[in-house]
Amino acid sequence: MIHAGTIVDALLFRGGFNTSVVTAGTTLLGAAAGITGVFTLLRKRSLVADALSHATLPGIAIAFLIATSLGLSGRSLPVLLLGGGLSGVLGVLTIQWLRRHTRLQEDAAIGSVLGVFFGAGVVLLSVVQSRPGGNAAGIDNLIYGSTATMSPADAGLMLIMAIASVTVSIVLGKELVVSAFNEGFARTQGWPVGWIDLALMTLIVLITLAGLQAVGLIMVIALLIIPPATARFWTNRVRSMLPLSAVFGATAGYTGSAISASGADLPAGPIIVLVSGSLFVVSLLGAPRNGVIAVSIRRLRLRLRFACEHLLESSSEYERAYGAAPIPASLIDSVASARGWAFWMRPLAISALAHRGYTKPAASGAFELTDAGRARGARISRNHTLWAHYLTTHADIAPSHVDWAVDEVEHVLDAELIAQLERDLEESAQ
Amino acid sequence: MTGGLDQFLTLDLVPLLAGLIACVTCALLGSLLVLRRMSLMGDAISHSVLPGIVAAFMIAQTRDPFAMLIGAAIAGVLTAGLTTLVRSIGRVEPGAAMGTVFSVFFALGVLMLERAELGNIELDASCVLHGQIETLFWIRPEGAAWHAPESLATLPRQLLIQAIGLASAVLFVTLFYKELRIVSFDAQLATSQGLSASFVHGMLMVLVAIATVASFEAVGSILVIAMLIAPAAAARLLTDRFGTYILSSVALGATAALVGHFSAGALPSMLDLPAVNQAGAIATASGLLLAVAALLAPRHGVVPRILSRRAIATRVDDEDVLAALYRLSETGESAPKPEMLQTLMAPARLDSAIARLNAQRNLARNAESGLTLTEQGLEQARSVVRKHRLWETYLVDTAGLSPDHVHDTAEKLEHLRIQPASTSTQTDPHGRPIPDASGQKPTA
Repeated sequence: MIHAGTIVDALLFRGGFNTSVVTAGTTLLGAAAGITGVFTLLRKRSLVADALSHATLPGIAIAFLIATSLGLSGRSLPVLLLGGGLSGVLGVLTIQWLRRHTRLQEDAAIGSVLGVFFGAGVVLLSVVQSRPGGNAAGIDNLIYGSTATMSPADAGLMLIMAIASVTVSIVLGKELVVSAFNEGFARTQGWPVGWIDLALMTLIVLITLAGLQAVGLIMVIALLIIPPATARFWTNRVRSMLPLSAVFGATAGYTGSAISASGADLPAGPIIVLVSGSLFVVSLLGAPRNGVIAVSIRRLRLRLRFACEHLLESSSEYERAYGAAPIPASLIDSVASARGWAFWMRPLAISALAHRGYTKPAASGAFELTDAGRARGARISRNHTLWAHYLTTHADIAPSHVDWAVDEVEHVLDAELIAQLERDLEESAQ
Repeated sequence: MTGGLDQFLTLDLVPLLAGLIACVTCALLGSLLVLRRMSLMGDAISHSVLPGIVAAFMIAQTRDPFAMLIGAAIAGVLTAGLTTLVRSIGRVEPGAAMGTVFSVFFALGVLMLERAELGNIELDASCVLHGQIETLFWIRPEGAAWHAPESLATLPRQLLIQAIGLASAVLFVTLFYKELRIVSFDAQLATSQGLSASFVHGMLMVLVAIATVASFEAVGSILVIAMLIAPAAAARLLTDRFGTYILSSVALGATAALVGHFSAGALPSMLDLPAVNQAGAIATASGLLLAVAALLAPRHGVVPRILSRRAIATRVDDEDVLAALYRLSETGESAPKPEMLQTLMAPARLDSAIARLNAQRNLARNAESGLTLTEQGLEQARSVVRKHRLWETYLVDTAGLSPDHVHDTAEKLEHLRIQPASTSTQTDPHGRPIPDASGQKPTA
């Protein structure tokens, strides 16, 4: 089973030289993939990266076959990665060719290349296995990932690729961001968008190859996609998205390989992906800016405010028509049904109004307006009139259509606009 | 012969049928995915059925195909649902949402495989990924004929599962044919017609999940992607009609299955080579079919398009030369030297156009006296110039352009097969005579 002590040892780099090197390697890989992933996500190349990683398989198998037929060791990681890189790039070029020269959409091009290249890889893999002495164990590690068999030299190779991709990301950061957000603008600035895209593709290839050993070619996409998607919940700015994504990626790589090194029968690849996925779920739900909970609370507040204002507006109009009587429950019913309130909105709105001191409970009927409530209701009612006036006079909307538009906007008028509209209304009244 | 048949029935028939059914099912559903631009949903689902399969395995403790079918269908629907959720609630880009969901699911599946107490049951990630189609043997009871009921009862259960998958896919497509056609091309129109696009979408996702798991033992879950997308993509290049498209996709899928089966087993053994993975061979075959379609498809293939573009370019060059000679003859230059045409196009193109026209006997080339149009060439030249001047007239009289702006446009339009209705006027906006269609020079 999992031993807490060994995990702590691994986390503190006390688990022996090999474990420490592997942990450091996957941590840096996570950070590098996080940074590259931001550009990949912004450029909407996430699934091209997936196709690329699947398309490395035939190249890996061919490299293995060539190396063994030359009498070299087929397990040499640099040789396998070179082959994988070449066929991965060939796969990406095929996708681009299909998109540019045939009527196929991007999704069909990506899917065909991914499936067919992987299929060819499986055929070649069975050729490898059928050879005397051919043992595809080394290749299997590249499919599902295995940090357990990683040598310090392999981890070193991974480190070098990760550092290279971080360097390129930093040097080309501005160009990559601009061409991702606005390709047309980048072209008008005279930037070679094709070359920038090529640089991004090179980064993705480097990360994919570095990640093969750690998480395997099927899951390497997770390193590139999940950390930036996670970071996206915390910020709307690329400048802060980059370090955040790097931190999320590094955390996943670090924790994942430490848990895996704890001696239990836990492969690092899936653990890294699952840690990454947990961070994603936590952020999806709990991030303060774009998280689901924060967004729902903001939306709920806004809807509650609208409901309260509608109720105040109707109440103050009712008072003006019938004198300062308690507001009857039937009025609330009619507002609720006219505005399509959910069943829970009614008690919520009534208690929110009372809480803010706009209403007080009445002996008969639902509530009475306080002075503050009366003033607020009158102001909302006035805003409604002002905005209706503005729309008919300035925006050329027919009077019969105005009411509908007003309901949406009356809540968001700012003070300056209100003052201007009041002046307008007075002028037109004269 | 009996021995051969016996061997075929035992070793080959089931893998062949399994591959064929898997390919046909996937190609049928895949054609709908490709048309709706949702190919990658097939990709996502085929990755993420893994935890469902393993969970079913752990609960049932047997390799029961029905349990796995249910597990995989649940995982597939969860994938589709979660992707939509992450995309709409989390506002994550669709591709990234899909990638996040399926890679996490896949990781979960691999981890469960490693951790699961599977006892002595053989299940590993690679058989889920690559398929084990070759291990499906048909061990019949001794002495019974192959078509006897007790023999047929011993057919591997996977075939039954696959047949159910195929039958439900066929049923779905035939029952909802009209709906699918509308939804595939215009989901909003379908919704406005009272068809539930999301219902059809949901059904499609469920069926893709079922097809994936029904096929996974045969071709493996990753190769299902190739079978879902590649035949449909190839069919997309071959036809523009919905019904033909679906049928061609199915036919191409079946072809890939047959070619793959043959080249994985029979072909290597004829050449004295070891057999290769059949599922991979099927995927590769479907890729080759797609490559052939992309290059050679009559309307949408790359080579025919290049050829037809080149044919148009040479016709335009030829017509330009003929028209220029006709115009020169109008100014009294009856046999101009080729050099006088040099402003028309690059020298190499001009030379080959003159050579072609000469070979077609449209003009005569004489080193001394220059180029002269033959009777036949004159007729063609006249028709081109007539079109040109008719277009100029049309552009000025009907389209309201000014006379000094119409030449360049007419220079392109003159090569079209259509021409504006002839006018009562005898001259173009520049005052030049419009040649008569009958070949008679207009009487001034």
